[in-house]
Amino acid sequence: MAALLNNSARVALRSGASATFKAGAAGLTFARGKATLPDLSYDYGALEPSISGKIMEIHHKNHHNTYVTSYNNTMEQLQEAQATGNIAAQIALKPAVNFHGGGHLNHSLFWENLAPKSAGGGEPPSGALSKAIDTTYGGVGEFQSKMNAALASIQGSGWAWLVKDKQTGQISIRTYANQDPVVGQFEPLLGIDAWEHAYYLQYQNRKVEYFSAIWDVINWKAVEKRFA
Amino acid sequence: MSSQTHTLPPLPYAYDALEPIISKQIMELHHQKHHQTYINNLNAALSAQASATASNDVPTLIALQQKLRFNGGGHINHSLFWKNLAPPGTPGNDIGGAPTLRDAIISRWGSYEAFVNAFSAELLGLQGSGWGWLVSKGGAKGRLEIVTTKDQDPVNGPDVPVFGIDMWEHAYYLQYLNNKAGYVEGIWKIIHWAEAEKRYIAGVENPLKL
Repeated sequence: MAALLNNSARVALRSGASATFKAGAAGLTFARGKATLPDLSYDYGALEPSISGKIMEIHHKNHHNTYVTSYNNTMEQLQEAQATGNIAAQIALKPAVNFHGGGHLNHSLFWENLAPKSAGGGEPPSGALSKAIDTTYGGVGEFQSKMNAALASIQGSGWAWLVKDKQTGQISIRTYANQDPVVGQFEPLLGIDAWEHAYYLQYQNRKVEYFSAIWDVINWKAVEKRFA
Repeated sequence: MSSQTHTLPPLPYAYDALEPIISKQIMELHHQKHHQTYINNLNAALSAQASATASNDVPTLIALQQKLRFNGGGHINHSLFWKNLAPPGTPGNDIGGAPTLRDAIISRWGSYEAFVNAFSAELLGLQGSGWGWLVSKGGAKGRLEIVTTKDQDPVNGPDVPVFGIDMWEHAYYLQYLNNKAGYVEGIWKIIHWAEAEKRYIAGVENPLKL
């Protein structure tokens, strides 16, 4: 469980903080030790025409919220299993922690690495991140093509991420199944949701069009902050 | 053999025949676009495999395995799925038309309702894309089990896929949105029990030649 949470979030959980507040780069919010659905910093319709207001609303209020609720339920069961020393039950809960906790983490990061055009969405990266992308991929256009190819190659539900290797500092593109979060050796920089619920109401089976349109609302400033 | 390409099998009913459980729009997209794409990609993978076989290119042959599994699985699973559904209120979805299977279900789960509840819970517990299956283990008239497979993994022989339910979001999203429980509740009204009985008793020799 602890591995899923960043330091400040973990402290917040331990101290049983009674106020809702933002913690860490993922913008994870907690109230009374429970995960809560974070607010978006833009309106549901603000990412149109790349992502429709209806998709954003259902994706945030329903899908993300279900991960939050299920994660909290899982945590309650886990605490009970820990309190009674039930090791088998704790192990059995691991896939649920990974799935619902991962869903909460991934969506929290995703909302933050999107922005309306009016708030800088789609403006290309600068500084050290821009340099790293140029060095690794030969330019942001080439990077986007590779990221889109990775997204299109996902078999089933999942995510594609630009990540930073904690050992080498190198950036790379990695895909993750279902709600598997970016943890361990890699740090999440930029995530794109390739679940069908992320685009189906607007793009149906034409997912390649969604992958191409989303670059107009990528918040590179947020990605730069994560990279720094 | 290698020149043989797969084609989209026609549906055994009209696109709107499963309404109100599954909308015409979903059925059209699901069949004409999604299923067709699996077939196109399967044919491409088979053709690449034929070339790699001809040139004895083992690394390419190995690299193609996952594409074959995913797209071949997609073709098989959807072919089984269309045929194990029947328009609501037609003789096909009366479980009375599946006496042997019904008895086997009741002896395994205690009642039809208990079976439906157990199966529905499995479907709703799927994490990500996948399928739920009633499987006859080891061949026809085997022990029944509820099995889920991820993404497009098919049920492998000798197990028999008695019927399958598609839990990819594209199977229900345009109509049910995030309410997948609503889709799962409805699907029981369109199971083709007569087809399920046939598969349970005789097995499925080739899911692409039902």
